[in-house]
Formats: sequence, C-alpha cells, structure tokens
Amino acid sequence: MLNDQDRIFTNLYGRQDPGLKAALMRGNWDGTKKLIEMGRDWIIDEMKASGLRGRGGAGFPTGMKWSFMPKVNDGRPHYLVINGDESEPGTCKDREILRHDPHLLIEGAMLACVAMGAHAAYIYIRGEFIAERIALQKAVDEAYEAKLIGKDNKHGYPFDFYVHHGAGAYICGEETALLESLEGKKGQPRLKPPFPANMGLYGCPTTVNNVESIAVAGTILRRGAGWFNGIGRPNNVGTKLFCVSGHVNTPCNVEEAMGLTFRELIDKHCGGIRGGWDNLKAVIPGGSSVPMVPAEQIIDAPMDFDTLRALRSGLGTAAVIVLDKQTDLVSAIARLAHFYKHESCGQCTPCREGTGWMARVMARMAEGRAQKKEIDMLLDVSTRIEGHTICALGDAAAWPIQGLIRHFRHEIEAKIDQYAANPHSDPVPVAAE
Amino acid sequence: MTKILVDDVEVDVPPHYTLLQAAEAAGMEVPRFCFHERLSIAGNCRMCLVEVKGGPPKPQASCAMNVRDVRGGPDGSLPQIFTKTPMVKKAREGVMEFMLINHPLDCPICDQGGECDLQDQAMAYGKDASRYAEPKRAVEDKYIGPLVKTVMTRCIHCTRCVRFTTEVAGITELGLIGRGEDAEITTYLEKAMTSEMQGNVVDLCPVGALTSKPFAFNARPWELAKTESIDVMDAVGSAIRVDTRGREVMRIVARTNDAVNEEWISDKTRFIWDGLRSQRLDRPYVRVNGKLQPATWAEAFAAIAAKVKAAQPGKIGAIAGQLAGVEEMYALKALLASLGSANTDARYPGNPLNSKAGRGSYLFNATIAGIEEADSLIIIGANPRKEAAVLNSRIRKRYLKGKFPIALVGENANLSYPATYLGAGPESLAGYKPAGEKPMVIVGQGALNRADGAAVLAAAAKLALEIGAVKDGWNGFCVLHNEASLVGALDIGFTPGEGGLDTGAMIGGGVEVLFNLGADDIEIPAGSFVVYQGTHGDNGAHRADVILPGAAYTEKSATYVNTEGRVQQTVRAAFPPGEAKDDWAIIRALSDVLGKTLPFNSLGQLRAALYAEFPHLAALGTIKAGEAADVEALAKLGGVPDKAAFKNAVEAFHLTNPIARASKVMGECAAIASGAQAQAAE
Repeated sequence: MLNDQDRIFTNLYGRQDPGLKAALMRGNWDGTKKLIEMGRDWIIDEMKASGLRGRGGAGFPTGMKWSFMPKVNDGRPHYLVINGDESEPGTCKDREILRHDPHLLIEGAMLACVAMGAHAAYIYIRGEFIAERIALQKAVDEAYEAKLIGKDNKHGYPFDFYVHHGAGAYICGEETALLESLEGKKGQPRLKPPFPANMGLYGCPTTVNNVESIAVAGTILRRGAGWFNGIGRPNNVGTKLFCVSGHVNTPCNVEEAMGLTFRELIDKHCGGIRGGWDNLKAVIPGGSSVPMVPAEQIIDAPMDFDTLRALRSGLGTAAVIVLDKQTDLVSAIARLAHFYKHESCGQCTPCREGTGWMARVMARMAEGRAQKKEIDMLLDVSTRIEGHTICALGDAAAWPIQGLIRHFRHEIEAKIDQYAANPHSDPVPVAAE
Repeated sequence: MTKILVDDVEVDVPPHYTLLQAAEAAGMEVPRFCFHERLSIAGNCRMCLVEVKGGPPKPQASCAMNVRDVRGGPDGSLPQIFTKTPMVKKAREGVMEFMLINHPLDCPICDQGGECDLQDQAMAYGKDASRYAEPKRAVEDKYIGPLVKTVMTRCIHCTRCVRFTTEVAGITELGLIGRGEDAEITTYLEKAMTSEMQGNVVDLCPVGALTSKPFAFNARPWELAKTESIDVMDAVGSAIRVDTRGREVMRIVARTNDAVNEEWISDKTRFIWDGLRSQRLDRPYVRVNGKLQPATWAEAFAAIAAKVKAAQPGKIGAIAGQLAGVEEMYALKALLASLGSANTDARYPGNPLNSKAGRGSYLFNATIAGIEEADSLIIIGANPRKEAAVLNSRIRKRYLKGKFPIALVGENANLSYPATYLGAGPESLAGYKPAGEKPMVIVGQGALNRADGAAVLAAAAKLALEIGAVKDGWNGFCVLHNEASLVGALDIGFTPGEGGLDTGAMIGGGVEVLFNLGADDIEIPAGSFVVYQGTHGDNGAHRADVILPGAAYTEKSATYVNTEGRVQQTVRAAFPPGEAKDDWAIIRALSDVLGKTLPFNSLGQLRAALYAEFPHLAALGTIKAGEAADVEALAKLGGVPDKAAFKNAVEAFHLTNPIARASKVMGECAAIASGAQAQAAE
C-alpha cells in the first residue's frame, strides 16, 4: 500500500491545475539544474540503481536502455522519442499524465536527454488524444516561455521538445513503426538489427521510451534511487500506474506500489469485484495483448512483472481488465482477435494472414459454429504467428487466444456442444482443396 | 572475412553478408520470396527464417541479419545457424500455409504456372493440405499499363515490385496501400506506369500477380524452346533469353550479365516480339512500273545486276542501318570493294565518329560497370533514359550511393535522378569543373548527328581532358551509342574508304545504286536505285526499288558490338519467314550474280576472314579497350561548334526501329507516353 507522500503523480486526477504555476507548487522543476549538473553518467547510474523497468509493457530496465546510446557523439544528433501512442485496449495511464501532469513529463524528458547526450525530444501522441495534445502543447509553451526549456534556458542545457500527433494506428505504438511514422512514412515496423540506439530517428541514435517511464525520472532523481528502489518487491520496484477496468465496482486509474496483490488493488481502490470475489472469473492483467489468468491464480498474486510472467501472462502496461462470471470469454477474445486483425500493418506474412484467420475462427467459435478439433488447430496457428513476425504485434495477437485455450477450453467446447445440439441449416465448413 | 557454421559446415564470408548469403555459400538452400540481391531488404515474407544458436528462442529472418550480428559462443566457438532444424521446418511450413490461405490456387489458369516461386516452394517446403476453411480474400485487379497484367488476388505482398520501381526504375508510382489483410499493391490512380523498365516487375514477381500482358494465355513455359541471345534494341547489348514455340518467338526475358544489364532489360527489349510477326518482308520484291511487285530471288538479283553493271564503280554505295550485324556489313563492304567502290557508311550525316581515330574515340570507355566507380557525371546531348534505359538505371544506382553530382547539357528531361541543368547548346560546357577523382563525360548521338558534330566531339574530348576524366587507370570519356550496329560498323571500317562518300553525300545524289542494309531512319531522296535488304515493310522498303528479305536478330547468328565495345553474338532462335534468308548469305549470293564472288561459302568461313582482319571480334564477351591517346587526339582537332541547342537522338523510346514500329504493343506504349507528355504540358 503506497503512502501518499510516495506518490509521483500528485495531480493524476486533475483536481489541481495542470499549468506551470501549480506544477511548480507540486515540486516539478525543483532543482532540475542541479540534477543536470550532476552529469550524464550520474543520471544513468542513478536510474540503473533505482531499478526502474520500462512502463510501456516489456519491462526492460530503463537505465540500461539509456546507457546503450553511444557515449561519444559521431556527428549525428541523438534523439529521445517518447511513445505517447497509448493504444493498447485497457490502457489509459499516459493520457492522464499528458493532460494533468505534463510538466513531470517535460522535466523527465530533459533529464533523459542529458543522460543520452540528446538535445531534442519528440513525443508521438496517439491520434485520438486531441485534448491531451493541446494540453501538452500548452505546458510545453509555458516551459519555453519560462525558459525552463529551449535553446537558451535557465538550466544551461539546450533542449527542445516537439509534440507530434499521430493518426490513430495501433501499430505506430511499436517503437520502430513509431519512428517511421514520425519521419513521415507509413507506420510499418523496421527490421532489427540495427536497433534504434544505433540507427533510429532519421538514421540517428535514438531511444524510445514510454511516457510513464520518462515522467517518473525527475522524481526518482530528486528523491534518490534508494527511495524508488525501496518500494515494491526485489526486481519489481517503485510505483506504477494501474488502470483497472471491467467488472469492478469503481474502475479507476491509480498509482500504487509494484507488487501489491490483486486483491489489495481491487478492494482498496476499485470497490471490489462486481458481485463479490466469488464472481471473479478471470483477469487480463496487462492490457489486451497478454494472456488472461483465471481467478484462482491471480486473486492473491502480487501484481508485478516477474510474478505474472510466472503465471504465463505479463504485467504489460498494468491495464488490469477484470472479467466476472457473467462474461462470455470466447466472445471477449473474439473481439480482441478482431482488433488485432484490424490493426495488423500487413507487412509480414504470418501476422497479415494469420490475424485474419484467427479472427474468423474466433468469430465462429463465439457462436459455437465450429468443431472441437479446430481448437487445437487454432492454438497451433497462433504458435506459427508468435515469434515469426517482424514486430511483436503477431505475439500480441496470439497470446490472448492462447490464454483462452489454456485456461478456458471447456467454455469453447461448451459453446460448440450447445450449437451442435440445436438444429441449424448451415453446415460446418470443410476446407476447400 | 568472418567464419560461421551453417548446419555444421564452416564457411568464411565477408561480415556484411546476410545469413541467407552465408547459407548459400555453405551450399544450403534457403527459400525466400521478398529477398532479391539487387533490391533493398524488406524481410517481410518470413520464408527465410533460420535458427540462430544462442539467439532468442525464435527463428530469425536470414535475409535481414548480417553475419557480423551473430555472436559466437562464450567459449570462443564459432557463431552457428541452422537451416534444417524442427524450428525452421515449422516456421517454413507455417509461413507457407499463411501464404496460401488467401492465395487463389488457380495455377491451371495462371501464366506463372511452371515458373512460380510459390508453386516450387510450396512443393518443397509446404504441407500437403490447408487447414483454412474460411472464405478467401479477393482483391480487385488493377490497371497499371499495357505491359503488366495484374491478378492481385494472387499477390503475396513481398513488395519486390514496389522496391524495384522506386529504387531501380526511379518512379514512385507503385505502392502498398491499406493495412493488414486489406493491404494492396496499386498505382492508386490506376494509371499506366511511366518507366521504360517496368517490364522487369514481371520477372521479379514471385507469383502470378504481375505477369506479361502481351504474353497472357499464349504459352506455357515448359513448351518453349529457350535460346540465350543478346538484344539489339539499343547499343547496350542486354543479355536476353528468347523463348520460342515452333517458329514463333513467344516472349523475351532477361538474363543476368553483371557487366552489362545486371538482370534488367528495358520494355522495348522485352515486349518487342510481336513486332517480329507483323509487317515482315517474306519474299523479294522488284519495283515494276512504279509499283513493288513480288519477285523471285533470281529476278531480284537480275534487276540489281543490270543496274550495277550499268553504273560507274564510284556511283555505287552502301549504307547500313541500326540492326545490321557485323558479318553482313563485312560482306557488303567486301562486295563494294570488289566492285571498286569505297562508298560505305553506317553513320548519320554529320556524325564525326571514325574508325581511323581509334576505338577510344567512339567507345563508352569507362564501361557500363565503370559507372559505379565514377564520382561525377556530365551528360551532353543525350537522354540515357530513352537511349539506353538499362544503362540509365546503372547511373541511377550510382546516384543512389550518393556523392555523385550529375550535370546535363542538351534537352532538359526527367532522367529518373536529379541533374543540374547547364544549358541547351555546346557553349554550356564552358566552366564545368567537377570535384573528384573520376569524372565521367557522356556524349550522346544527339550532340554528334549534326553538321558541327566534329567540333562538338572535339569540344567534349577537350572538356574530358580538362576535368581529368582521362588519366592512368581511368578513362571517363564515354560516347553513348543508341544503335546496336554502329560500334561494329566503326570497328570493321564500314565508313567511307579512300575517296569514298559518306551517308550525306550518298543520299544527296552522289550514287546511282544504293545498297540499303536496313537503314529505315534516314530519308533517301528520289533519283538513285535503292536496294533495300531488311526485315520489315518500313520506311526503307517503301523507298526501295528492289527488296531483299533478310533475317531479324532472333533469326540469325550475328555479331554486335555494344556501346562500351563489348563483342557479343546473337543466336538463332527461330527461322526467318517465307523466303527470307540470312543477310550475309544474301550478299554472298548477290556477289555471285554480279560476277564478283565473295571468298566465303559459309558463316564459318566469313567469320574466319573477319577474325583474321579484326582479331578483337573473335573475343566474344570482352572489350578491347580504347586508347586514352585517341581522346587526346580528338581534343586536338578543335573546331568551333555553333550555338544550336542539342536535340536528342531518340524522341519516342518505343518506336526507334522497324521492329518496334511494327509492334502493336510498342505502339500502344508510345501513344500512352506521348499522351502523358501532352497532359503534363497543359
């Protein structure tokens, strides 16, 4: 349970003004100059010591990611790119930062730029976030005006912050597709290697970080790595924004310590499960792309990267989707499969063809209009997509279905049985050969 | 060099090699669709997945990963990849299944059938049946021009065609729109592509999505006899394969020759073949009472003999056109010499190129492959895009590597790469001074086919010397030819001999009897008795008094020397129609009638005599380099070019020779091309 004084996002709910004056009163931009003067290596060491893991979903240590940037500048500029294309179904944390606590983000971006020798940060904001873009732009303008950032600012480190608005494609949240889109091209993921730290935006060394990872950097450096590292469980430390949605009594966004149990999270902040704990069926703990976990496994599980990984799921973006016993899980996953079919960029074969295949089979299964042998076929198809694609969208499309079949195969079978028990005129399709 | 183990076979390859190339070096076959050696890497088909030891627990795209990116083991063991493990097998089967679920499987009605990568790889790496029971995707076909037929449902989205058109052809007219399952390759507005190289997408397409429109439903690849030959549509001498069924040429496709055309050919080269069937001269004709009447060979020869015997030796002449092979020109020159005439020429009036000035004075000295070494370029009086489309894509390839300033003098045109326009006439050459070690000067025929051609050539040579284009180890003075025959003609001295007349003088009334060996692009005024020997009923035949039907380049074995001086031979793929004969044999037979029998009875004997006189013509595929001294001598000739603007030698790319003019396909392309120009001018 996180103490109020340990919260980083003190204006998460927008009860105070997001503007600069209020932000300064909340402690933003406090002593930033001193932090910058501590130098590049100190910032990276401190971030490494803090144990912060990337908040965008993969949980890669942020300090280490920053240290991948070339130490010596070879003449090409370095860039920080902030991924504000928050499109994962269930996730709505960056949005709150952008509109209510923008100065934390701008300050963090400046410190991150110092750590990687960059003088410019770009933020790519999801196309649908229009109000958020306006709010952030307002904050950026304030910071420029107050000479907090800019070519000639009071921190003595030239730094520019550019706000870029996407067009609403899920794939542009993939870091290399984001870079392509930012360069004005079609948002299709790039092949790796070369990695962005080597050849990123406009062919220059680039680090792409999630909004939340950057926004917490200022407070971590101010309060010290030890403070951040002291919250949570080993290797899963610090505070994290949880976005709880679904069948809870009061869905909410909340900043909490990593590693509190699911039960604590729901009881404390969300008013419990709709219909009581006995009514919980399953939880998708990290946004739509991670496999679901059945109730009995998750109820007392600590919500952190490693525990959920051991449950064959993931913390992802900590977008907790709660599903109660009234939920038709097959239909729910069929809807997700449709989403991934719709958002596949079409570049590489397994994802382009496979997401459509899976979505169609799932749509039939949601009606029960399928054969039981198709369940294993679907599972096999999903493993032929997973790990065979250029980017992780193929994995993201496969995992929800794998989670469903792993834990709730009986529900699919029940639907098929129910369908087969009733007379229907249309036959079950057979492969045309 | 880096050592790597591929399935336990150790190979030593350069570190920039991709894993796919390393696997090939080790003798392992890796299937692929999107990867192509001459295009950028897309990595999107996922067919080439291999397992990398010590890497992530998933297969890697071998086309997109370099050997240097694979690490060896911590114990110092070599990096290792596997192409035959269960992981790789599963990946290939999976990808192949995904490829096929939305593929129509209409092989029986698909023109790619029999030479389809998807068919072949499905046989080798796929599974026996599909598990896909949903409705298949259908995609509407697109119109992308008269040359390329689309059946877009067959497309597997490898994007080879998109990469080719943007990278090699230099047009951004083809792209992938939409996303996911709905992604489609299209020109979007469904207009014809404007490239002269677009036909290559037919070869590149690994499936039947893009096929040859003129060839559609004409033949199956396994019915065709395949003859490896060379192209004569321009002076590049691209390597081609002529596919015939019976006596008909059914299609022409590209062969690989890294020194000349890499593996691209121009649309004219590829789609000319319908012109080989129409407007053909298949029997001799003699003009009687002002009308051309069919005749026998004997009658035709008798008519010629009567005129030749009546004429003074000095009043007999011969000109050769752009499709003439070295052998027939050699025979014709020998015939005229035996008649006592030195009036032979293959050049346009005013053209100063001359065998006596040495090979260095008329060759593309830097060679086509040499373009890639050059570090600056000035193009004088030429539009390489129209005059030598394949060579032009070599220039573009060099341009894409960067640091290659290109200047243009003459007609300003879109060359598919940006060029600094210096001016229209010879005076624009003044002050040109590029930086760099290997400058290149390309002089087109448009700058030479004019009254002051000699002065222009001298000025260009002088410029080349001044900017350091001619030095030890580099000769950047390049004459760009656009006619396949001219370099060969210059090599054997098919130019006016001692006291002989040149083309201008011959057609200007200098001769009474004129042998016209396929020169259709030059107007011969009334007056002289013209013997036309050629293949098509084109301009030359209309003016002729006697027509002798010859063989086209696919119907004879003839030697051609390309613009860089490379000696190459065509190979007979079909027989000439009707009574038409090999061109050298016609001349040999005529010499007998004229009582001046030429001393060879077979092509072998003719070639023996030819090679004895010009040994370099025996060395097929090679170049006898021109001397730098030839360029220096040219520069000393001096002369003042007049200020008239240069006019390019080729106006309509698709209609440059009689075969092309007889081709319906080329006619359609030319109409579209000129229509496009008219539209742009509005």
